[in-house]
Amino acid sequence: MVTTRGGAPAASPPAVVDRIRRLAGEVVDPEIPVLTIEDLGILRDARVDAFGHVEIDVTPTYSGCPALDLIRADVAQRVRDAGYPNVTVNVVLSPAWTTDWMSDAGRRKLREYGIAPPRARDAGMTLLQLAVECPVCGSAHTGEVARFASTPCQALRRCAGCAEPFHHFKEH
Amino acid sequence: MNTVAADPAGAYTLRHADDCLMLSHRLAEWSSRAPTLEEDVALTNIALDLLGQARALYTRTAELDGTGRGEDDYAFLREEREFVNCLLVEQENGDFATTVVRQLLFSTYQLETWKALSASTDTTVAAIAAKAVKEVTYHLDHATQWTLRLGDGTAESHRRMQAALERLWPYTSELFETDAATDELVARGVAADPALLRIAWTACVEPVLREATLEPASTSWTPTGGRRGLHTECFGYMLAEMQHLHRSHPGARW
Repeated sequence: MVTTRGGAPAASPPAVVDRIRRLAGEVVDPEIPVLTIEDLGILRDARVDAFGHVEIDVTPTYSGCPALDLIRADVAQRVRDAGYPNVTVNVVLSPAWTTDWMSDAGRRKLREYGIAPPRARDAGMTLLQLAVECPVCGSAHTGEVARFASTPCQALRRCAGCAEPFHHFKEH
Repeated sequence: MNTVAADPAGAYTLRHADDCLMLSHRLAEWSSRAPTLEEDVALTNIALDLLGQARALYTRTAELDGTGRGEDDYAFLREEREFVNCLLVEQENGDFATTVVRQLLFSTYQLETWKALSASTDTTVAAIAAKAVKEVTYHLDHATQWTLRLGDGTAESHRRMQAALERLWPYTSELFETDAATDELVARGVAADPALLRIAWTACVEPVLREATLEPASTSWTPTGGRRGLHTECFGYMLAEMQHLHRSHPGARW
């Protein structure tokens, strides 16, 4: 929350914060460009203080995620381009990111892109759906080939139905 | 120069940062050389996780030790005797069995460490640890699967795994050493208690080895010194390779 003290200008109206959050949230993940950082759930907060200084919090998916530096730069640039020159993009580690923060839109976009989305979990961390479905043919008969793949957040699987190999955005 | 009082916790986080960096570098040496493409990707992914953990820990170390150093200063501009990683992580990759055994022994230690540090009174360390728990869980799972397959595999894979275990086992005792500074940090709730880590580590490693039909080495030789900057011979060569580019081109940027 923005607090104002005597003499300071009024806090920015919520509409400004919403706009900045929306702008920042539209930045795409450079490694999986169908997903925005809002879809991924790594945009944690946006604040504007009484002096127009914008602060944005992002959290990494994995500690070593090489995309994070680029994402921070893209967020700062986008907010500056929108007329807010004074921007800080913080990295916050706690609470640790989880795929449970991925939006439904993000899961749908991943599937359409050919990557099996992370399965949803309930509050007790139990998977709500047991099979990882093939993003190509929808078959539930798929098997893990390797737990690590082209990015830290994905695993490699193969479909027994259509024989296609595919990536699975693993639950984390 | 240095006006901020150094917190001894900085020396503690530096040990863990150096563990992460050095194992990351060793695993990255497998890039393009692993037995299969999937393993190439797995080992370098694990290396990347460890590099990320190292970066966060160096940043925290700089806040604690008050030196204002950056991540690169710690990684590239310190001398061999200033590195305080354990000896286990610097050991050469050897064959794939040696790398798998090192991963099993170290990932188990690291997972128990991060679990304990998730409750550290240093909230930044706790946040780094809580995130790392999720990553190292995968690393340990990877090492466990391979230990079972190769240990209880063919006569040749078993022989290599047993040889690797005998070579690396002596280096595990150093992981659970303590000293006055660590004891004080344990009392403050900042550090993990090495004695408790040893109990948890043993309870996790022994059943895996048993199922893999492997025997822990019986030896009274317990090499030590890494936490005080005294390293094994292979360390200097690794450091030279890791640092030479940065030192040859001071200040160069991408």
